[in-house]
Amino acid sequence: MEQIKLRGIKKSYGKEMAVQDVDLTVNPGDFLTILGPSGCGKTTILRVIAGLEEPDEGEIQFGDRIVFSRKQGVIIPPENRNVGFIFQSYALWPHMTVEQNVTLALKEKKLSSAEVESRLKNSLEMVQLETYRKRYPSELSGGQQQRVAVSRLIALQSKILLMDEPLSNLDAKLRTEMRAELKRLHRELEATTVYVTHDQTEALTLSDIVVVMNNGLVMQSGTPYDIYHHPDNIFVAEFIGDPQINFFKGQIVEKNGQLHLDCQEIVFPMKNRSSSNSRKVIATVRPENIDVSFQEQKDWFKVTLKSVQPTGANTILQVKLGTTKITLLQPEFIRMKLGEPLWVSFDPESLNFFDEETGKNLHL
Amino acid sequence: MSKAQLTYFYYKLVNRPHLVLGSICLLILGFLVLTPLLEIIKDSLSVQSYDIAYLPEANIGEFTLFHYERVFTGPLSKALLINPLLNSIGIGICVTLIGVSIGTILAWLIVRTNIRYKGFFGTLAVVPYMMPSWVLALAWLSLFKNDRIGGAEGIFTYFFGILPPNWISYGFFPIVVCLSLHYYAYGYLLMSGALASVDSELEDAGAICGMNRRQRMLRITIPLLLPALGSAIVLTFIRILGTFGTPALLGLPVRFYTFSTQIYASLNASNNGDAYVLALVLIATAITCIWINGRVLGVRKSFVTLTGKGFRSREIDLGAWRWVATSGVALFLAATVFLPLMILLWESLLIVPGDYHLENFTLEYWIGDGSIDETYGEPGVFQSDNILSSLWNSIKLGLSAAFFNGIIGLLVGYAVVRGRGHLLSKWLEGVAFAPYIFPSIAFGAIYIGMFSTSWGPVPALYGTFTILVLITVVKNLPFTSRTGIAAMLQIDKSLEETARVQGIRWIKRMVRIVIPLSFSGLVSGMLLTFITAMRELSLIILLISPSNMVLTGLLFNYNEQDMSQHAGAVTLLLTVIIITGSILARMVSGGFGLSALKNG
Repeated sequence: MEQIKLRGIKKSYGKEMAVQDVDLTVNPGDFLTILGPSGCGKTTILRVIAGLEEPDEGEIQFGDRIVFSRKQGVIIPPENRNVGFIFQSYALWPHMTVEQNVTLALKEKKLSSAEVESRLKNSLEMVQLETYRKRYPSELSGGQQQRVAVSRLIALQSKILLMDEPLSNLDAKLRTEMRAELKRLHRELEATTVYVTHDQTEALTLSDIVVVMNNGLVMQSGTPYDIYHHPDNIFVAEFIGDPQINFFKGQIVEKNGQLHLDCQEIVFPMKNRSSSNSRKVIATVRPENIDVSFQEQKDWFKVTLKSVQPTGANTILQVKLGTTKITLLQPEFIRMKLGEPLWVSFDPESLNFFDEETGKNLHL
Repeated sequence: MSKAQLTYFYYKLVNRPHLVLGSICLLILGFLVLTPLLEIIKDSLSVQSYDIAYLPEANIGEFTLFHYERVFTGPLSKALLINPLLNSIGIGICVTLIGVSIGTILAWLIVRTNIRYKGFFGTLAVVPYMMPSWVLALAWLSLFKNDRIGGAEGIFTYFFGILPPNWISYGFFPIVVCLSLHYYAYGYLLMSGALASVDSELEDAGAICGMNRRQRMLRITIPLLLPALGSAIVLTFIRILGTFGTPALLGLPVRFYTFSTQIYASLNASNNGDAYVLALVLIATAITCIWINGRVLGVRKSFVTLTGKGFRSREIDLGAWRWVATSGVALFLAATVFLPLMILLWESLLIVPGDYHLENFTLEYWIGDGSIDETYGEPGVFQSDNILSSLWNSIKLGLSAAFFNGIIGLLVGYAVVRGRGHLLSKWLEGVAFAPYIFPSIAFGAIYIGMFSTSWGPVPALYGTFTILVLITVVKNLPFTSRTGIAAMLQIDKSLEETARVQGIRWIKRMVRIVIPLSFSGLVSGMLLTFITAMRELSLIILLISPSNMVLTGLLFNYNEQDMSQHAGAVTLLLTVIIITGSILARMVSGGFGLSALKNG
């Protein structure tokens, strides 16, 4: 197990800044996911760690070993960094059999043939492909190809694993299956892993730490729980969560000694710890954290149903309170007619408040 | 520079093999492609040894505008420049129009209608492209030769007893006919590719919008095909400007000069200065054509693209016309492919030329030992050291050109594709394409000028086999480098990167991954270079001498000496070898090679 440490990494392509000043530490044995929309610089970070790109500035360390430092003039080429890398396309060599794909690099390292054979056998067993040794990649299904890429990675016994959206080419069912498999693999190999994805479900299910990136900057880094429940800024709040989080723009006002957020049609009570200058604020609340009643409740808001989307175990409801649209998520299969009334209520505990200008969480 | 910066710079150099390779390729190719151009510009502006007769006080090598004055304003200008230029442009326009029209119609019939025997016709339509372009000219001479230049008359006179008029036997008309019947194959290749990639659904969409058949054709199909049509026209036109064999065979006997034969004549008279000025005019014309094509149609090139899924091509039912079209195409292909070869075979079997009786048949020109008088004392094809050694030279030329082109194609392709986005990659691609704009005959002229004396570290190469290989390799560069680039583009970058991350060194990555994956593309490219090199005449006619004689050159000599049986026999031999090679190319690469031809 090895620690990965990135300090002050900057990388631009021409005028375009792909990564602007990123610091990142992955603790030994951790599974860290970099999550972000396309073009946010997440793949660049991964390629920089592998050595496939050289950053313009900064320093990278694997354990005690500096693998890149512009200042000290240290650059270890990717050939010598000994990291495992899974590409989005799997990058299997189409003209080689499964066996050759797995053993090419081992033979290059001049390992004894007994050692090569045992690693091949072991790694194919781990992905349950022992019987496919002589097949060519084109003769395998997408999931099997993925497994070959994984077994090639296992055979190299790297202490650091890098994965670039490895599940994005699989269909939904296979993706869930491979997700579980990657998690098991990470536990068994005990390798420090950096995983890049734009799929938040993957990020939340797999990771010890999630790093959310946007425009080449780290927006937030934390455990899946923190990222989901305590977003640092409005971008993370909006990006994480499906269906998307609800936003309400408003102003903080004081009424009867109690702070409220006045959004015209809705007024939210605030837990009120710190007194806040009356500013423009955005309140957010997750769809599943809004209480719903099908009968009239005192002091609850009455809303009208605009759309019902059952997904099986859950149902997404779109409702309107005056002109304000609200999304609700209920853990049951709901059958209702459009236009029927509902009553909703907001738990102050589950609200987050953000400054409208800076987008920062106000922690009110 | 600090030590850290130095390390970084060194790392970048070592870890970007495509940049290193690209720079080396650029240097070498730049030398082979661009310096010749500068050389002839220099030579055309300085006094040559031939000019001393006109300029007694001048010293050789002095700056002079003498050649330009002679060519552009002098009393000889009409003969040197104006007439050949008008002839060439006239031939170019006529041949392009006829050839591209025939090719387009043929492509449309074979790709889009329910005509019979599509596969067979498709293969046959490409054969003229594989044959040397002057095969038709030789066959034409056999058919329509008159008594104008002596020797026996042709088949036409023999059977009908009428001498064909001069305009049928020689000059503009037969040149246009012969070249059209050769170059339609080129138009066919380009247009059939474009037609096959126009989705019929686009036309159906037009039909749903209420367009009738004619409107769909005019508003949808033709605009979609315009880019391909534009390049077909321009590329054919440029090739015709530089073509030498046919205008030489059919034009020189009656002093009908085109640009290429005029350059040849000037060089033969060792009047290099004039030849260089003419070559420069030819290059300028070619560049202008490409530039116009790029300006007018360049932006639209993205029109014709394969859409992948959802692609459908519907056949048009010709109804009763189906059989008419089928027999028409069959007749046309028979006349352009089989007829000329039959005529040449017939010609090669005659004891006395011009007498087509069965009693006059002999195999002496094929297997004789040259002891009887009728064969001009020359042994038959399979007995003649002269022919066999030329044949061997041709094969050697084809093989070495293919070998070097294969390697260069691989390296240039690698450097260009991996370096995409770098200026170097663009330059390299540009330099590799540059030989295309040099008409063959002009390119030969340039290489004579450049390599007739030693040039820096390069020794004098005139008369050597090396210069033939060199010029063939360089002239085929545009085509080979495109094949290489296409092959490299199919290898995703990640296939190499994953090897890199796994600790596999560059050399090994090339050997184990890049080369095997691009192999089939490269091989078909190499086989095509082989074919092109074997049938090449325009390019090397100025560079061959008895010491490096190849089959095409020998053939040209036989024809000049009016030894029609030998000419026929050698042409047949060459055609058979080339077609065998093409079939081999097709088998090895599964049709890839022919599709690659379109880019050549």
